[in-house]
Amino acid sequence: MAKLILQRLAFLLLVIWSASTIIFFVPRMSSRNAIRERFAELARTGGFAPADLEAIISSMEQQFGLDRPLIEQYWVYLGNILRMDFGYSLSRYPATVTDLIVQALPWTIGLLIVTTILAFLIGNFLGAIAAWPRAPRWARGMATPFVLLTGVPPVIMGVLLLFFVGFRLKLLPLGGAYSIGTVPSLTWEFALDMLRHQVLPAMALVLGSVGGWVLSMRGMGITIQGEDYVTFAEHKGLTPGRIFRDYYLRNTLLPQMTAFALALGTIVTSAIVVEAIFSLPGIGTALNNAIRANDFPVIYGIVLFITIAVATIMVAMEFVYPLLDPRIKPQT
Amino acid sequence: MTTTWSSQPVLRVQGLEVTYYTDLGRAKALDDVTFSLGAGEKMGMVGESGSGKSTLALAMMRMIKPPGRIEGGTVHIGDTELMGLTEEGMRKARLSKIAYIPQGAMNSLNPVTRIGAQLVDAVKSHVSGDSNSAIKDRCLAALRSVDLDERVFNLYAHELSGGMKQRVCIAIGILLQPQVIIADEPTSALDVVTQRQVMETIDRVKDEINAAVILIGHDMGLMAQFVDKVAVMYAGRLVEVATVRDMFTNPRHPYAQALIESLPNLDNKGVFQGIPGLAPSLLRLPSGCAFHPRCTHAQDICKQVRPEVNHISDGRLVTCHLFDKEAVHVQSA
Ligand SMILES: Nc1ncnc2c1ncn2[C@@H]1O[C@H](COP(=O)(O)OP(=O)(O)OP(=O)(O)O)[C@@H](O)[C@H]1O
Ligand SMILES: [Mg+2]
Repeated sequence: MAKLILQRLAFLLLVIWSASTIIFFVPRMSSRNAIRERFAELARTGGFAPADLEAIISSMEQQFGLDRPLIEQYWVYLGNILRMDFGYSLSRYPATVTDLIVQALPWTIGLLIVTTILAFLIGNFLGAIAAWPRAPRWARGMATPFVLLTGVPPVIMGVLLLFFVGFRLKLLPLGGAYSIGTVPSLTWEFALDMLRHQVLPAMALVLGSVGGWVLSMRGMGITIQGEDYVTFAEHKGLTPGRIFRDYYLRNTLLPQMTAFALALGTIVTSAIVVEAIFSLPGIGTALNNAIRANDFPVIYGIVLFITIAVATIMVAMEFVYPLLDPRIKPQT
Repeated sequence: MTTTWSSQPVLRVQGLEVTYYTDLGRAKALDDVTFSLGAGEKMGMVGESGSGKSTLALAMMRMIKPPGRIEGGTVHIGDTELMGLTEEGMRKARLSKIAYIPQGAMNSLNPVTRIGAQLVDAVKSHVSGDSNSAIKDRCLAALRSVDLDERVFNLYAHELSGGMKQRVCIAIGILLQPQVIIADEPTSALDVVTQRQVMETIDRVKDEINAAVILIGHDMGLMAQFVDKVAVMYAGRLVEVATVRDMFTNPRHPYAQALIESLPNLDNKGVFQGIPGLAPSLLRLPSGCAFHPRCTHAQDICKQVRPEVNHISDGRLVTCHLFDKEAVHVQSA
């Protein structure tokens, strides 16, 4: 077991190293310069145009270590990564990359993780029922509308929801994380206001993805129902509820959990889109802003952070599998 | 081999009919199946593949799934008539009155839970109020009575051999001491030595709980050693039911005769004697007696009139026109 854990940790490090290397070199191929652009923007918007601009820029480049050879920067960068220090944001200096991630993360976790889990639970439950012949017809039909929505991209779903529910019916706010003018505080009012702002983005994310789970679970359910052990459970005179839970759902768990882990990996893609449509703070928005500003320390930081998070989940899943299915032994 | 013909039978099946409504048409898989069995009696059920043996077992469990439908008939176990029970009543009757050890026991155990849990949940679904330790003791006793180590309680199905899985299924079957046990080809996937052991196990646990046992199978040799009665099925009908001695020494129905004659013995070693012709498709059954195109004794009446079940001497049932005159009229059970 110890050997296995070491092996997986080594694997994790390898993933992190390859990801960080790719991430380091790709933005450097761009000829843009974040510091110069920052000053150009300042000059455009505020008329701030210091005479010794070039001197300031080169002193800042020196401060960030950007004047040194690329390979030297790479070694420094790798060392920093190992210390989980992603450095400063170029465009939001003096904020550190870690600061930005820490600020953005709760929003993304709150919305994306919750909706992914919600879609998984709803979809699998409806899918399981849709494939369960004893379920009443109306219950089996509940999955159908979701199946019809399968694959509607969150962009389209988001825009439609914004237009009809937010703009036409004025039931829910059009965007933002909370109402403009309110100050974040630990009160019920603020919490409620925040939740109201999360409803439409959450719906945009959930509605489109439930159908996928319904389909995969229904397919799996139909297969498992044909299995001899489910039939034998009926011969044993077990109650339908117990067969449903211990013989049917329990056996769909492993493949569905694998798919779930993979779905977690695609969260960031959805986050960028949905957070943009609904003007929400979060990892997606932070990454989006960083890409626009060519703020590569932030890009590195976020992408690396996501890579590490997803790789860690995948490695952790490997230790969960044997708990779900005793036939699986961790492979060394 | 003494059989208790006269005692009140514990299992009475009367006029059982099952039809599968397939896309190609209706297939009558069970047609007017009638027989009875006393406590402690063992009946072998033989017939070609597709003749309806499993269908009969499933119908008695009321486990025929669409597109199949039970169209009529009754199944009495003691005083309980199964077809008239509610869905919940039938659920409770399964395993506690009538247990079915399925064809293909290899895959009949849940791969992701321990064997013990699968015995315990069977008990818990039928008896309430027993303490967990009492339930566990009962399960361990069942494992012991099929010659399994108590250790098996904590194992998973993939850690067992085929014969062990078969025994686990039998252990589950006897957990609640049912009056009727149906074992569907319990030994077809096993080697001869294990086959014998499993059959002996069934034999012994049958004696322990005095159940009536129906053994479905193809192996006439194994049948001859282990059962009291043999029932022969052909195209959904029981064509002959007789004691094992009568069946082997003096089969009456022409199909049963052909079946017995086709058994290898030392005299005709090396000559495989099949039954000429093919088993009929249930979708296009021949008119009259379904066996008439293959029957060497076929008469005109066989082509036109469907034979009824004839109760002839010594309690034998023969569904054949040749015995219409010998039939003694017995009150229908
Ligand atoms: N689900 C089903 N749908 C349609 N027809 C079916 C179905 N199940 C069984 N049948 C038909 O019913 C007939 C009897 O099948 P059954 O399984 O009872 O045969 P069997 O005697 O048990 O055969 P075997 O010795 O191969 O197990 C067959 O002709 C089969 O085609
Ligand atoms: Mg069968």
